[in-house]
Amino acid sequence: MKIMVAVKRVVDYAVKIRVKPDKSGVETQNVKMSMNPFCEIALEEALRIKEAGLAKEVVAVSMGLANCVDTLRTSLAMGADRGIHVEAARELIPLTVAKILKKLVGVENPGLLILGKQAIDDDCNQTGQMIAGLLGWPQGTFASKVVLDKEKQVVTVDREVDGGLETLCLDLPAVITTDLRLNQPRYATLPNIMKAKSKPIKKYTPEELNVEIKSDLEVVQVTEPPKRKAGVILSSVDELIDKLRNEAHVI
Amino acid sequence: MHRFLSISSKSTFLRNRKQLHLPFTCPISCATPNGHSCFHYLNQKSASLGSRIGLHRFFSSGYFPNRFNLREQERDGNGFLRLRGLVGEVRSFSSEADRESIEYDVVIVGAGPAGLSAAIRFKQLCQEKNADFSVCVVEKGAEVGAHIISGNVFEPRALNELLPQWKQEEAPINVPVSSDKFWFLTKDRAISLPCPFNNKGNYVISLSQLVRWMGVKAEELGVEIYPGFAASEILYDAENKVIGIGTNDMGIAKDGSKKENFQRGVALKGRITLLAEGCRGSLSQKMMKKYKLRENVQAQHQTYALGIKEVWEIDENKHKPGAVLHTLGWPLDSKTYGGSFVYHMQDRQISIGLVVALNYHNPFLNPYEEFQKLKHHPSIRPLLEGGTVLQYGARTLNEGGFQSVPYPVFPGGAIIGCSAGFLNVPKIKGTHTAMKSGMLAAETTFGVLHEGSNMEAYWDALRDSWVWEELHKARNYRPAFEYGLFPGLAISALEHYVLKGKSPFTLKHGKPDHEATNVARLHSPIQYPKPDGILSFDVLTSLHRSNTNHDHDQPAHLRLRDPNIPANVNLPEYAGPESHYCPARVYEYVPDEKNHLKLQINAQNCLHCKACDIKDPKQNIEWTVPEGGGGPGYSVM
Repeated sequence: MKIMVAVKRVVDYAVKIRVKPDKSGVETQNVKMSMNPFCEIALEEALRIKEAGLAKEVVAVSMGLANCVDTLRTSLAMGADRGIHVEAARELIPLTVAKILKKLVGVENPGLLILGKQAIDDDCNQTGQMIAGLLGWPQGTFASKVVLDKEKQVVTVDREVDGGLETLCLDLPAVITTDLRLNQPRYATLPNIMKAKSKPIKKYTPEELNVEIKSDLEVVQVTEPPKRKAGVILSSVDELIDKLRNEAHVI
Repeated sequence: MHRFLSISSKSTFLRNRKQLHLPFTCPISCATPNGHSCFHYLNQKSASLGSRIGLHRFFSSGYFPNRFNLREQERDGNGFLRLRGLVGEVRSFSSEADRESIEYDVVIVGAGPAGLSAAIRFKQLCQEKNADFSVCVVEKGAEVGAHIISGNVFEPRALNELLPQWKQEEAPINVPVSSDKFWFLTKDRAISLPCPFNNKGNYVISLSQLVRWMGVKAEELGVEIYPGFAASEILYDAENKVIGIGTNDMGIAKDGSKKENFQRGVALKGRITLLAEGCRGSLSQKMMKKYKLRENVQAQHQTYALGIKEVWEIDENKHKPGAVLHTLGWPLDSKTYGGSFVYHMQDRQISIGLVVALNYHNPFLNPYEEFQKLKHHPSIRPLLEGGTVLQYGARTLNEGGFQSVPYPVFPGGAIIGCSAGFLNVPKIKGTHTAMKSGMLAAETTFGVLHEGSNMEAYWDALRDSWVWEELHKARNYRPAFEYGLFPGLAISALEHYVLKGKSPFTLKHGKPDHEATNVARLHSPIQYPKPDGILSFDVLTSLHRSNTNHDHDQPAHLRLRDPNIPANVNLPEYAGPESHYCPARVYEYVPDEKNHLKLQINAQNCLHCKACDIKDPKQNIEWTVPEGGGGPGYSVM
């Protein structure tokens, strides 16, 4: 069985981001980029399934500008066998990503598609759900535990939901999106980084896959959240009522 | 007064080679290269380095997994283990027997100006002479440039020699110095003084950006650079010759146990190892101690300063690209050497910082807070009002100059750049000399590997180069300030305008920085103003802007040689100076359950500045390298 993992290159989680002066987006020039943490967890899970002997191959996919290849090389260094880079000149919205993934699934025919639950730059949390819908595959999102049963061709997923944990049993092929507590991703070791340089990365363009890059969304403005105002210490209940009524207008 | 004169100048003294007591003599034999597979580099630029490296290159070193590939004169696998016990560098929690070993011809620790210059120069020589040698650079920062911070007014002298086409190749060197001011600050005023610097032909740059560009150039030449890997130990053979470095084990928990993602470090073996770790490099310190590199040439101890810097984006109409300002005086007192700088880069960005010499006396001095005070000075604040801080960082720098340069060669390699210490203090520039030292080491290394010459030639090359000449001319400025601010200025003026570097004497440095701290009872705590959140900030807000991060669950990389000294000496006698000088709030004295103050080490905050390793009164704090990839994330510093 083949496992396909989609990974995204995002601003590193430890970087202090700032909004561009023209408010069109977040400053990404001269800023450290790395693999989305949830994507790392997804890749780690795929690698563990492969190492358990339940899968033959792990293919990493990334979409975007040429520098996505850095993220793919990291995936290869962690242990993925092949990389696929879909070149796109612009930011892709989740629906477009899902459509491209659908075409790639048609080419590669994986038994399992694992993604991170969301990217830390847009926090959309949509791609996994959308691709499952487009493919008509069952989905187990926010996975905190994944157990594959090869014989019965099912995967049991513990999902982290608001009320606690929900356990689903999904028929393969299926889509899983990973949450934080699923696993601790491995480090890419130096020898593996060196070996990864010779692993193949196949390039596609959206035209080759017959997907039209159009965006139904337009970013109008990006602003920083308003600065927190200092708290005020009040001296009496009367003062509190007065402020609630006359300043905050809530009573 | 007895420390005033040293009769003979150091350079003539040292040229007399018989006085060198070297612990090693044999040249490194030039055996045939270890059967490397061919590396074909392409001499062209390319848009995407990643894919290019993947498509066109084989591994240029023999990669032998899980097996040692030591050369004939070295021992077998057991010898390797035994040595670690000999040298005393056995790590208490890495109990695994072997680890993977990868071989290169040259291993360079640190992808900074010196390390990359050495790598680039070496590969250029390989190209010229049609030789095929492999070069590996390991860098503890997550990316090349992530740990690079400097003023920086750049003198392109070394770069012109190394990569003369830098302008055409779009090096990020775009802003020539347009004005050069020098002020003496008092609390309320700024008094303009004649500018002692000559920055004609120099540029205001971000060194982090330049180093990133140099990294690209190095990779184009076929240098393998691996950021995110920290060289944590030196590897020796049976004859105590350096044969390479070992990277950190990754995935060790705070208590020393192995986490589920434990990865053993890797041994990177090099026929020559160059240490380019920057100021107070941890491995370089060990080398200098082990091989007595300072004693061998009667060098003095190194002296240091702590530089704290911010990059601001200011109003367009206040921004003057290329404007350079240096100040002396306030907020530092006349007994504390140091000064501030403001450099205007491009894109409305300016660098502003304060440099404080670490031989200050008052244990309550807090360089970070002094910097915050500086920004409120009536001549400085208008510049910053309306602006935003982009990044913050801090790093120590060398001030010892000529008197403190150690013998930089050890069996199996050499120390280059600020790890040895070539900064020109009166010029306040160290980048060009660091780069040149790297280039000279590369030329010597090539001679060793290609022709069988001796690494000791590096020392001669240094002393025949303009680096030596520059450092020699600049040698008396900093030591003059041992006598105070005004005597120092007077002697500096004498040196600069009258003697012009031809002084017959060489002043000596005072006490080592850590011994210069007075006991706390001779001083009173300094009350620093609260940050206003617009010009001045608290440490943690600033720290956030440095993009510093370390994996939390790892052993603290700041080790106490004696865990009792903070409570028994640092706190009672010196009022815990580490809690005052650390620009990252790593050290805090917090009350424990019995309400006794105890030292708490927040290693995760560390900016890798090395101030604690330098300034701790009993030299009890040892800075060791944490897991690779951690530390600050500078991009425009």
